[in-house]
Amino acid sequence: MLFELERVRASRGGAEVLHDVSLALPEGSTCIAGSSGSGKSTLLRLLNRLAEPDSGRVAYRGRELASLEVLALRREVALVPQLPALLPGTIADNVGFGPGLVDRDVEVAVLLDLAGLPTAFAERDADRLSTGEQQRVMLARALALEPRVLLLDEPTSALDERTRDHVEETLKELRRRLGISLVLVTHDFAQAERLAERVVRLEGGRAIVADPGPERTSVSTPPAVR
Amino acid sequence: MTPALDIGFAEVGAALGLVAVAVLVSLWQRMRLEGDIAVAVARSFVQLTAVGFVIQLVFEQDDLLLVVALIAGMAVFGAFTARRRAASVPVAFAPLLVALLLAGAATLGLLVALGVFSAEPRYLVPLGGMVVGNSMTAAAVALSRLGDEVTGSWREIEATLALGATAGQAIRPILRRSLRSGVIPLIDSTKTTGVIFFPGIMVGLLVAGAAPLDAVRLQLIILYMLLGSVTISSVTAVMLAQRSFFTPAHQLREVAARVAT
Repeated sequence: MLFELERVRASRGGAEVLHDVSLALPEGSTCIAGSSGSGKSTLLRLLNRLAEPDSGRVAYRGRELASLEVLALRREVALVPQLPALLPGTIADNVGFGPGLVDRDVEVAVLLDLAGLPTAFAERDADRLSTGEQQRVMLARALALEPRVLLLDEPTSALDERTRDHVEETLKELRRRLGISLVLVTHDFAQAERLAERVVRLEGGRAIVADPGPERTSVSTPPAVR
Repeated sequence: MTPALDIGFAEVGAALGLVAVAVLVSLWQRMRLEGDIAVAVARSFVQLTAVGFVIQLVFEQDDLLLVVALIAGMAVFGAFTARRRAASVPVAFAPLLVALLLAGAATLGLLVALGVFSAEPRYLVPLGGMVVGNSMTAAAVALSRLGDEVTGSWREIEATLALGATAGQAIRPILRRSLRSGVIPLIDSTKTTGVIFFPGIMVGLLVAGAAPLDAVRLQLIILYMLLGSVTISSVTAVMLAQRSFFTPAHQLREVAARVAT
């Protein structure tokens, strides 16, 4: 199992937002769908230990997250945040940042292509891009880590319909070409159905139902839900 | 010691005339600062008078241990005061206290070791007060800026942590900006000294009848000493306080972050 959550409680801003959530997420693509304030971003941040649960257990491939080296975990389970947050410098600087931390070079052009951006963008300043382009740079930056899992927090919420469709196609393509598992958080249930092999609904901080999506795969055992 | 000046409470009281003008302006323009001005006047009178007696006692005792205790007391009070200005920093008091003690010890120690001043209360007490006061202001500005920057840049910090960066790597760009904001005001005032304003020590010495070049030399020593001490205090406070924004697992503490659920 990719991720297992057992009786997880988590708080944000002093209020509990996840109430006793138990969930199993297999390999493949999973959407966690829910309305604003349902706790889905907090759940995603638990998966690469950007946040800590108040109680309960979170495991990745059978091992408790707390027992794993946290920086290595974050390179293997890369998170793309909801809003673009690029570093000052060029696109190439941004894409190369993560690998640079472990003295690894990257082929920026290949990564930009994977994220659906023209390779000529490499030398552009990060602050001269549209929101959609910045979102794709965030994706390329996460892919540069060569992750096994991508955590995506509302990856298209700031985009218009056409750009959203492009990003969705890119994500499907990544899943097909690289075999990366995706855990995607969205408030858009239609998007969840379009993108995921399985959908977990999160309402009021409780995982209440899991629907197998349209693209059933061999690993799509319905996740255990409380 | 023969007093260079003969100043009584009548003269001090006369100086309040200008404060009265400030209060009148505040009332006229409805600035609502008259309460603050009254508190500032009262506190400065009480605090300076009290410290005057304490300094007189320390001078008379001529005991270096008393000097150290006095400067350490100033550092504790300074750290306590500065902590309130750095409210958005999770742990500020201990870093500020260490910063002020280190700045005071390093600066005064160096000046004594180099033979610039002899280790006597009449030098160490006023110089220590200046070092602690200026260091406190600089460290408070730097920490306040650090808190604001972390709160304002939490998305960038978390995005950097999510790429496998350590807490230190994620906060590094912000540290630079915070340190600069602590030290730049004194650098600027050092650049303009003698042109736009006359610093206090020099004015005091000239008023007390010292030769202008003697006053200038002492003032230069003080300026250079303060530049060194505010840099030490800002760097120390910021480097120690930055850890408090993160957990040991390189997570940004929630106090600085305002994130979606």
